[in-house]
Amino acid sequence: MKTPKLLTALICGVCLSAAESVYAETSTLTVYTYSSFTSEWGPGPLIKKAYETRCQCNLKFVGLEDGAALLSRLKLEGNRTSADVILGLDTSLIAEAQATELLAPHGVNTANINLAVTWSDSYFLPYDFGYFGFVYDSERIQALPKTLRDLMLNPDSPQVIIQDPRTSTPGLGLILWARKVFGDDDISAWETFASKIVTVTKGWSEAYGLFLKSEAPMVLSYTTSPAYHRHIENSERYRVAMFDDGHYQQVEVIARLANSKNPTLAQNFLKFMLSDDVQKILPTTNWMLPAVKTGQPLPEAFKESEIPKVILDFTPEEVSTNRKNWIKRWLGAVAK
Amino acid sequence: MRVLSGMWSGIAVVVFLLIVIGGSITLTAMTSTSVSLSSALADPYLIGVIRFTIGQAVLSTVISVGLALIVTRALARRSKFPGRRLLISLMGLPVVMPVIVAIFGITAVFGKSGLLNQLLSLFGMEQSFTVYGLTGILLAHTFFNLPLTIRLLLPAWESISRENWRLASMLGMSSRQLFRLLEWPSISDRLPGICLIVFLLCFTSFAVVLTLGGGPAATTIEVAIYQALRYDFELSQAALLAFLQLSLCTVAALGLLKWFRVFAATSGRKVDASDRPDIHSTTGKAIDVFCIGICAIFLLLPIAMIFYSGIRGPIYKVISDPILWLASGRSLIIAILATVISMLLAMGLIKSVRFLREKTKQQKGAELALTIGSMTVAIPPMVIGTGFFLIALRTHTLAHATLIMIALVNAVMVLPYLIRSISPPYIQAGEQYYKLCRHLGLSGLQRFRLIDWPIIRKPTAFAVGLGGALSFGDMGVAALFDTDGQVTLPVMLYHQLGAYQFDEASVTAVFLLLLCVAFFWAINQIIGR
Amino acid sequence: MNALSVKNLCLKFGDWTLEVSIELAAGRCLGIIGPSGAGKSTLLSLIAGFETPYSGDIFIDAQSINDLEPSHRPLTFMFQENNLFNHLTLYENIALGCHPGLKLSQVDQHQIEIALSATELSSIATRKPSDVSGGERQRAALARCLCQKQPLLLLDEPFASLDPRLRSQMHQLVNVLRKQHGLTVLVVSHMPHEVAHIADELLFMQDGKIKEHGDPDQLLENPIHPQLINYLEFTANR
Repeated sequence: MKTPKLLTALICGVCLSAAESVYAETSTLTVYTYSSFTSEWGPGPLIKKAYETRCQCNLKFVGLEDGAALLSRLKLEGNRTSADVILGLDTSLIAEAQATELLAPHGVNTANINLAVTWSDSYFLPYDFGYFGFVYDSERIQALPKTLRDLMLNPDSPQVIIQDPRTSTPGLGLILWARKVFGDDDISAWETFASKIVTVTKGWSEAYGLFLKSEAPMVLSYTTSPAYHRHIENSERYRVAMFDDGHYQQVEVIARLANSKNPTLAQNFLKFMLSDDVQKILPTTNWMLPAVKTGQPLPEAFKESEIPKVILDFTPEEVSTNRKNWIKRWLGAVAK
Repeated sequence: MRVLSGMWSGIAVVVFLLIVIGGSITLTAMTSTSVSLSSALADPYLIGVIRFTIGQAVLSTVISVGLALIVTRALARRSKFPGRRLLISLMGLPVVMPVIVAIFGITAVFGKSGLLNQLLSLFGMEQSFTVYGLTGILLAHTFFNLPLTIRLLLPAWESISRENWRLASMLGMSSRQLFRLLEWPSISDRLPGICLIVFLLCFTSFAVVLTLGGGPAATTIEVAIYQALRYDFELSQAALLAFLQLSLCTVAALGLLKWFRVFAATSGRKVDASDRPDIHSTTGKAIDVFCIGICAIFLLLPIAMIFYSGIRGPIYKVISDPILWLASGRSLIIAILATVISMLLAMGLIKSVRFLREKTKQQKGAELALTIGSMTVAIPPMVIGTGFFLIALRTHTLAHATLIMIALVNAVMVLPYLIRSISPPYIQAGEQYYKLCRHLGLSGLQRFRLIDWPIIRKPTAFAVGLGGALSFGDMGVAALFDTDGQVTLPVMLYHQLGAYQFDEASVTAVFLLLLCVAFFWAINQIIGR
Repeated sequence: MNALSVKNLCLKFGDWTLEVSIELAAGRCLGIIGPSGAGKSTLLSLIAGFETPYSGDIFIDAQSINDLEPSHRPLTFMFQENNLFNHLTLYENIALGCHPGLKLSQVDQHQIEIALSATELSSIATRKPSDVSGGERQRAALARCLCQKQPLLLLDEPFASLDPRLRSQMHQLVNVLRKQHGLTVLVVSHMPHEVAHIADELLFMQDGKIKEHGDPDQLLENPIHPQLINYLEFTANR
């Protein structure tokens, strides 16, 4: 009984790899991205379908664990990379990606880009963005903190679940956010806040899952999270606490590789990512806000009141230089 | 030369493992600038991490194995009660669960809004039990390792012959004397190996420690390796930490090696505990029922909660998704490939170990070889994966080898389970029938088919089923390599979680668990009969 | 020409040395007695090839067997225990004597049937060793030895664990079978008077050396060597 199974497995394996190599011989654009972008609920499949009919080519998504995995894969491969385009780094990783010198200028007109600050980077193009925010369970919280300062310092503020900055993007986002709000006083703020932290998880999924299971009334997530519950579940139960002292911004970017064999195809794909066709599907597939004004309003689930008034961010260079030090300071304050 | 001819398979496996272990660390280290061990060890943060890692691993091991001894003894004493087989089968589940699913299950019972706190609040104690912290880590590690230890220990108990029980009852031994004179000698030779596996598993634990540990104070070396590899991109730091982790685990293994003992040959007669003199007393019964009951509740409640939330989810929507079935198929291929590779590695190693014992009476050398096979748990899959990735990259086989590489990493990771399950009966069979086989000219494939295989097929079925189910439910390794649109089932589960589909994910989790059980069951039907 | 010829066979374990020479004619049965640690079982292991001698030669039918693997030596062996594989039926265990891979020809099957009936096991051949009595287990082991069709049979206290009546039945069975098949037999025993019933010659060993060798009755009635006298007194008093 064992031999046939082994055979089947081997045959399947060979077929799969054979199929891959046949694929590679036609004109193919390879895009490295994070794997939830390519999942059946993400924008990947829709984008692939739309772009392939338009360009008469194959679009191949290579899905990696997350943005950091994307960058580390690129660094590991160096010049041997088979990627034409890298999609899904965020602003905190830009500087390090730039330093690999593997990227080519995008050469795309950025006039349409609709971010709070004018976009001037010549290598990276933003395709969507969002804000970190604390999502809460409205059935369990009445008195809501009005600012991050309030949340972190007020002894009566609710308990929260956050993510670890060493292993996740939102976790790092909160470090930067607190740094913006408190400056050098962030240490003492974290020390006070530590007693409110139920737990610090490896990634967003663990944190949000525990939150939905009522392990804490509040969780670090994105300001767009309530839109999901409204849009898909028709529920108003989970809302985001909007802070007057601002929200930290996360911008997701795309770039093309310098030694791409299909530079034109790659550049066209960059343009395509900024087109209405893609931008209009991002809110309800990637649950982020479009980086370009689409001409049509956002889906109803996205409320104007959940767009932050004060926007906080560091330049990629600032993040890159200080990240390690700030995490170390955070560890010193929270780990006891 | 005749000695060498029987050793080649083991030497090949050991060399392969050393290349995998050493090679992946070296390759990873060579890819960026070097850092020194002394400077790393001067870092107070890292010292704290090391201390915490060792501390929690030792505690978890002591608790898991200690409790397992008590429960296994109770299970061994009650060799017949309705649902015993089902209970023991269900105990395989925690081991194969993706970590995030287990975390959700554990918090559903022990969390702030879990069953336990709901129960306590009935008595006016609002949220009085806090799982987050060392409690949570120990609880989760016990949840994972208690059933594994029970499964590995139970055969040792069952190897005590009926004649021995009768002799003991004739001699009027008390329950305590039974344990000291009969049971302990037959389990103590397996215990160090089992302790080592549990210790290594706890030592390298990652997401559980971080999430249930309650904060960054609960950080294992594995977390630091992940951080270095993924977010800091300091490959040499990651390699250094991996080397450090391996060294510490090796020290632990060598420490335990001192206690490894020769496997004693057993009579191999019918297994039956009904002749034990200590099973008829009422106190004895009460104690056993209590132990088995508590253990069953502890293990089965979180599992039940996972199934409960899965049943309430959108079952049809998830089941009718063709991608779910494609992902299951891909997971199955990985599981089968990993199982076959792992089986070949394990048999190659164990075969030579037995040969070594028969020919040269080299007990320590034999145990050392088995220990090397167990050490693979101590290498972070991330580091092995990165090593394999670099090898594939340099040999331009990346496009074709993804599936094989995932299977290979999984095979190496599950190897210890196979070695620990198969080697005792295999070596015992060798000891018992060595002369007879040589006399009859039974050797090679014939000896394996007729003599060894019937004896090891049950433990093999268990280990292979477990290893396969583990690879089937594996998330960490599959996520390292590109998924190319074709996901495995655990990766699909993470996609659902990442897309807010927590209800769908709980259905997928149950589906995944059921498939793991089915895989385990099928393997046991096919080869374990 | 002697069926078995052991010449200056020598083996050392630390201080302990075994030094033996034996000549045994075809069809004869040699009983080997002596206290524990005398080297009786070691001698059989050396002849069967489980141990490698330090020096000396072993011949069976004038052929040197020194370099032969245990399975290629023209002899069969019955151990004190573990003669049968517990997971195989008696039939399969016996059949292993015909073909180690259990690929049985018509002739083999016939041969097994004969061995089964000779040992009166036909009715329980499909049972496993754990389901039959100790005497039946050893009879099955003997049946397997017959199927191996070798001229020399080595018995290493195979009946020691049986009760006296069964033991004497087994001795008779061995006696009948060895005459039928013309076997040369070496039997190790710690019961001098019982083994004397089947042995044509008796050999007393102590400390790895042969101390006395001769006709069974004479050896037991008129022992010469003081160690043998001592040994016989001790076994008689037990």
